[in-house]
Amino acid sequence: MAESPLRVLIVDDEAPARHRLRELLDDCAGVLPISIIGEAQHGREALDILHSASADLVLTDIHMPGMDGIELARHLLKLSRPPVVIFTTAFHEHALAAFEVNAVDYLVKPVRVQRLLSALQKLPRLKPMTVEKLTQLPASARRFLSVTDRSRVVLVPVDEVIYLKAELKYITIRTAQREHLLEESLTRLEQEFGARFVRVHRNCLVARDFIRGFERRANNDGDAHWEVLLHGIEESLPVSRRQQYIVREIGREVMNGAAA
Amino acid sequence: MQGIIKQRPPSLPSPALPDLRNLGSILRILLAVNGAALLVALAREPRLTALASEWAALTGFVEPHLFAELAVLWFAQPWLARVSFRGGVAIITAITCVISVGVDALFPRMTGEAAGSLARHLAFALVTQFMLIGYFRLRARALSPAITEARLQALQARIRPHFLFNSITAILSLVRSEPRRAEAALEDMADLFRVLMRDNRELAPLADEVELCRQYLELEQLRLGDRLAIDWNIKSMPGDALVPPLVLQPLLENAVYHGIEPSIERGVLSINIFLSRDEVHAILRNPYIANGARHHVGNKMALDNIRERLALHFDAEASLESRATRDSYEVHIRMPYRRQKPATAGNDASTSSRHERSRDHGTQKRREPRLPALLPGTPVTRSLRIEPWLNHRSAS
Repeated sequence: MAESPLRVLIVDDEAPARHRLRELLDDCAGVLPISIIGEAQHGREALDILHSASADLVLTDIHMPGMDGIELARHLLKLSRPPVVIFTTAFHEHALAAFEVNAVDYLVKPVRVQRLLSALQKLPRLKPMTVEKLTQLPASARRFLSVTDRSRVVLVPVDEVIYLKAELKYITIRTAQREHLLEESLTRLEQEFGARFVRVHRNCLVARDFIRGFERRANNDGDAHWEVLLHGIEESLPVSRRQQYIVREIGREVMNGAAA
Repeated sequence: MQGIIKQRPPSLPSPALPDLRNLGSILRILLAVNGAALLVALAREPRLTALASEWAALTGFVEPHLFAELAVLWFAQPWLARVSFRGGVAIITAITCVISVGVDALFPRMTGEAAGSLARHLAFALVTQFMLIGYFRLRARALSPAITEARLQALQARIRPHFLFNSITAILSLVRSEPRRAEAALEDMADLFRVLMRDNRELAPLADEVELCRQYLELEQLRLGDRLAIDWNIKSMPGDALVPPLVLQPLLENAVYHGIEPSIERGVLSINIFLSRDEVHAILRNPYIANGARHHVGNKMALDNIRERLALHFDAEASLESRATRDSYEVHIRMPYRRQKPATAGNDASTSSRHERSRDHGTQKRREPRLPALLPGTPVTRSLRIEPWLNHRSAS
């Protein structure tokens, strides 16, 4: 058993809960070499820590302000060597049924040392987490989209996204500052963030908050089509014939918004 | 030892006679009598145009009886509260007869041709009186299961299992490093659960409720640390005011759950309790964080539960209002200022607190033996009552 120690990151918004896990991990250290690489209060802090250090295991609470555990697990998958994630939660909600079904590991708080130890011992045999599994879990919409940039995970706050446009293999995320490339399905994104974005074209979702107005433009063939004008960027996007009804629907909201 | 032996009755002494000093009861009586007069007017006067004057004439001589009766009952209330239901009905019937005869004798002009004979007055008065007593008895019956349920509801709607398990985790984290703080926290938790699990149908002093809130918030602070700041403004609070138990704690729990937990930043929870014009006001404020619909369902449940219990105890004299502004959420409770004074105790016994009882054996003896047969069964029902809470929670 002269292996390198298991590197663990603890994520919980409650300090006593982090402290308790640390104590329990210390208790396990007699059986299994463990090194705690850090503690984070929420998902974003965890990702920050993982920029400079790597972990084999992330023990994360589910309910946390800022970024919850399930969203954190999704972003962690973008790392080149994603750590194993085990969720900790205070209560056997029916939500946990989904965890069982998808064989996602979790520990119920207060955590028992035996339970923690057996989870640590079966770690090498665990199958890696998948996006499919995670999307099956009852989670609220993510607050961030994550993209990999030179093996680092970059978070793009969903409220800064102006539009999402599918192009060949990737989706372009446009914010006021820059563009990112994302490997996800536009339909799934639409399901997840339905209230926030509106489909203006088969390949494009636009954030309602960023719509400044609509403009009628002439095509080369003499026909005309609508274009969405956006806040924050000069670009405009075409509205497809099929989605034309949104011009009227949202146009009214925009006008009302301007009046108010 | 006293505490172990003394079991509280499984149901309160039948609150069949209303609290005749309660604004709600008085309003109900006024409405009912004038409504009855309208019915009589409808029966006597077929022409709609003349109906109003007929009704006015009728109420003209009903009202003196009514006000006299209400005034007498107001003064008789503490006394009525102590006699049995039958005794109470007999006394009220006697009062009604005396007033009918008395008013007729004092204002003979009103008993002119239009008004009819004394016998008719008496008949009208007595029929109305018995119908009202019947109504209040039915109403009390309909509400008393609700009172029984109140405690259970309070349990079910309140104390989120999350809080329980997170608190236990927090205490476990202290056991090795700060055993004394762990002890204090466990004691707080024991007190909190003692209150949650006891029979909470009767009013208790506000000071007790505030103490409970303090203990609860200590536990929350253990968990949340600096994220939870509390601003107490209770210097002018009337600690002796009698309030429904668990009227504030669930609101604080909501405030923490909705206003503090979802944010990384420090949030302030402010608690203002004061007396104004013989009314107790409690204003609780917390940061408002717009968050999914799920949260608001739980909050609404808690508010409805408390509103219902306020209505059971105080009828129209209490209110609960909530409002959300851009960045804060506020709940305002208004309750009548009632104190532990046996003389003013309402007959539904809700005004006599457990504390008064444990001190005053006389009161206790007078009230408790009414349902002696049910006493031995109490511990059983008690344990049964706790179970559904656990089941309910693990199932949801």
